Amino acid sequence: MIKYVVNRILLAILMLFGVSVILYSLVRVMPVNYIEQKYYSTHQNVEVDSEELKQLMLDYNVEDLAEVKAQGRSELWDKVFRNGKPATDKDGNVKTSSPFIAATKSVVAGYWSWMTKFIRGDFGKSFKYNRPVEDVISQYMGTSFAISLISLVLELLIAIPLGVKSACNQYGKLDYITTVLTMIGISFPSFFFGSLVIKIFAVELGWFPVGGMGSSEIFDRMWHLVLPIAVLTILSVGSMMRYTRTNTLEVLNADYIRTARAKGLSEHTVIYKHVFRNTLIPLVTTLAGIIPSLFGGAMITETIFDIQGIGNIAYQAMSEGDIPFIMAYNMFIAALTVIGILLTDLMYAVVDPRVKLGK
Amino acid sequence: MDKEEKTLPEEIAEIADGEGVKTEIGEGAELAKAESADELHGENLNDRVKVLSPGMTVLKRFFRSKLSMIGLITLIVLFLFSFIGPLFSPYDDETVDSTPGKASVTITKIAYATEDGDSDEIAYQITVGYPSENIKADMNGKHWLGTDELGRDILTRLMYGGRISLTISLIVIIMETVIGVILGGLAGYFGGWVDQLIMRIVDILYCIPTLPIMLILSAMFTSRGIESIARLYYMMGILTLMGWAGTARLVRGQILSLREQEFMLAAKCTGLSTRRKIFKHLIPNVLPQLIVSMTLGLGSIILTEATLGFLGLGAPLGTATWGSMINYATKSEYLNNFPNFWIPAGICITLAILAFNFVGDGLRDAFDPKSKR
Repeated sequence: MIKYVVNRILLAILMLFGVSVILYSLVRVMPVNYIEQKYYSTHQNVEVDSEELKQLMLDYNVEDLAEVKAQGRSELWDKVFRNGKPATDKDGNVKTSSPFIAATKSVVAGYWSWMTKFIRGDFGKSFKYNRPVEDVISQYMGTSFAISLISLVLELLIAIPLGVKSACNQYGKLDYITTVLTMIGISFPSFFFGSLVIKIFAVELGWFPVGGMGSSEIFDRMWHLVLPIAVLTILSVGSMMRYTRTNTLEVLNADYIRTARAKGLSEHTVIYKHVFRNTLIPLVTTLAGIIPSLFGGAMITETIFDIQGIGNIAYQAMSEGDIPFIMAYNMFIAALTVIGILLTDLMYAVVDPRVKLGK
Repeated sequence: MDKEEKTLPEEIAEIADGEGVKTEIGEGAELAKAESADELHGENLNDRVKVLSPGMTVLKRFFRSKLSMIGLITLIVLFLFSFIGPLFSPYDDETVDSTPGKASVTITKIAYATEDGDSDEIAYQITVGYPSENIKADMNGKHWLGTDELGRDILTRLMYGGRISLTISLIVIIMETVIGVILGGLAGYFGGWVDQLIMRIVDILYCIPTLPIMLILSAMFTSRGIESIARLYYMMGILTLMGWAGTARLVRGQILSLREQEFMLAAKCTGLSTRRKIFKHLIPNVLPQLIVSMTLGLGSIILTEATLGFLGLGAPLGTATWGSMINYATKSEYLNNFPNFWIPAGICITLAILAFNFVGDGLRDAFDPKSKR
């Protein structure tokens, strides 16, 4: 068991390493760069303090950018770092190093410096929020977590009883209705459903606010969060219900259920004592898989309803090229996914004694 | 399969040809009414007994399920709407209706102070604008769903949008499946380091959050100025790269379990070539799951395309796709006042995903040999 877990953790680290390499190269290929964007608009008229800029890049862990840009001879970077003169070699010729090679070199160097800092727990400072990334994430994660948790609880409360009920009356009327509703829930795109809900309940009927978080007063805030939580719950309840139904059907066909019926237990006891409990086993394991969405926020829903949660913040950061934040956030999600997978596998062994790990 | 005396090589080969796995005489197998012994006399028994092949059984089960029929019909309608529909439309996707549109009236309140010092005088300035194009028209007989902000017919754009959205998802799913089957097949069949390498890549792809990656890449395309149709090709490429991992995992798992089964041992014993083993015995057995996952995958690709479109990052600017049309819902002006701009596209997206899910689900049930229905 311990050997298995250690093995899995080592594999997980390898996976995270792969993810970080892919992410970092993608992020660095991205030409939207917050510092450049910020200074590009001003450099035409105002003299940029090159020392300050250099310090800024050092702070943000992308100091090598300066080098690439100079070698690729961008006007801005010549101006900032070489007093307006293009880079030259010893004989005074203008350097013609290929920007691609320089860029590759710089990305590798940048990755190395990012990773060494990341391992030591220094996630960098967000360009956009000008604060350490972990502060930003932990500040906004609470909102997302609360919303996801409430909708998860609602989801379980709706999905499990309905799933068990519809499995017990397989091919019955209730089963048919829940199946169709489930499919609709699974198929409805969150953005379309969210927009429709806003249009109907906020704009036309005016029952709820269009978006935002409201004041910090508790009832006002709850009022603002009714629609997003409803949307999240309705959209996710379908797959959970389906899963419960499938599991219940499987349990219903098991031998011990036949035994329970054969020894004359009432249908009520059979369903709620024997079937229901065994249905929960696989459900417990799926809960571990929910971890990423629980902490990572719902990007689309939060954006539509303009909730200041981690998903919305990450979306903004991504569209503005906030490199440290993008890296940290995505690594955070990837790590949560890895932990989720690992926990799912371990949970199987915990709840079901027949499962032996490490085979 | 069983321990009967099947010593003849032909019999083993026959079992190995996959018949043994699905030796299921369709439940539709029924004895023709043998009312009198006379009629039976002199006729071949085969003419009287109807035996359904496994394929026919699956089809029969599929067509019996109401939900999958609804899904199939919806899909056919959507495809006809997108690919044949434009032929009947008097407009093109870029045609601007240049008949004068409805007049827009703006009333501005001007408060002024008279010379006497009364500061409460109020005047109204009424401006009537006659746009040269028929923009933002309501739903009417000429434009069934109205026109958009440039005066283009929304219904026609919906058809052209469907063409692109459906084509993208078809192409992506085919490419994904080809890559997934090849790599998953290699991993499952050969095992060892090949398996390790491929499955680790699959794991990594599984951990990368898809939406953020798509956001980053789309932002990159935008700032690189890739706005033409090339952007669609890039998008398809990326969707494929992100999506093949699931197929590969599925194929590998299937092949791993099939490899251990008796009919593969039989195939080995009869000395079949590797090629025949893979293409005649393994692939047909993976096919059911593959078809189901492809059908469900089509829906999820449409969803991804639409999500990107909604965030304004999908198809090139101005190109009609269902995703780019639902993007109107992000602007409160259209969200509140022009539901005809975005609701039709949303309905099309939802219908397409729903239909693919219904069909996929129906196929899954139909392929399931344990299914009772």
